[in-house]
Amino acid sequence: MVALVSFGCGLIFGVGLLISGMTQPAKVLGFLDVLGQWDPTLAFVMAGAVIASSLGYALARRAKRPAFTAKLLWPTRTDIDRSLIVGSVLFGIGWGLVGLCPGPALENLATLSLPVIVFVLAMIAGMIVQDLWQSRVPSAEAVEGGALGISDG
Amino acid sequence: MASFDPISALLGGVLIGIASVLLMALIGRIAGISGILGGVLAISPDDKAWRLAFIAGLIAAPVLMSFLGHPLPEPQMPASWIEVVAAGFLVGFGARLGGGCTSGHGVCGVARLSARSIAATAIFVASAMAVVAIMRHGLGG
Repeated sequence: MVALVSFGCGLIFGVGLLISGMTQPAKVLGFLDVLGQWDPTLAFVMAGAVIASSLGYALARRAKRPAFTAKLLWPTRTDIDRSLIVGSVLFGIGWGLVGLCPGPALENLATLSLPVIVFVLAMIAGMIVQDLWQSRVPSAEAVEGGALGISDG
Repeated sequence: MASFDPISALLGGVLIGIASVLLMALIGRIAGISGILGGVLAISPDDKAWRLAFIAGLIAAPVLMSFLGHPLPEPQMPASWIEVVAAGFLVGFGARLGGGCTSGHGVCGVARLSARSIAATAIFVASAMAVVAIMRHGLGG
């Protein structure tokens, strides 16, 4: 049941990305190109998503537990550390190069586009390398981070 | 490039928000795609079914929509393979290091008014805009 619910959520999320145009790297790059012909689409998508989820989250917070599992796993970290800053800078560079972030990248696998498949494999490699690096060189920060609680997403 | 359509953009955004709220209200999870995928790649064997199911739903969405007659534009990707690989690697590495991506920080985190997520979102939007400025307009040139 949990997997079925999760599939449904993924489906709705994917339909949202698709109809808003966010699966198209050209639309995303159009938003990021502030010096060119600026395309405000992404700002409207973000606004719709943030308004809907902040209202919904306010209601969800009142529930003691989710409908199908034991616990509401709200992220608990509050610190703005070096990992967050460096990670976000690197993520932004990659996002700006191609115009794909993880959601649209995975969703675009459905188009069977070879460059998208290569992008997703490289993205998975980047995730694995980061996780290995974090676990092999356990800086004080990383150890602390793990102990600090549930990460953001 | 398709022209700007604010209604579809808002409607699509609202659907993304609804999906995120349902994932929390029904199974207690944050809809952060990099976190969901990262958990699939983790060594521990448990906790993978809902993650794989979410990703399957994400990939099924365009298939379903094309059956319903929605056009599926081929994503425009750079011609350079080096660029594709470097970008994919940076997106994966950076999202895991920074604790989230456009969904986990940009939507869910901003909606929770998390200072961490608001900072992360401001940083990755700024760095992406800087990259596009350099790539397309050769900043300083």
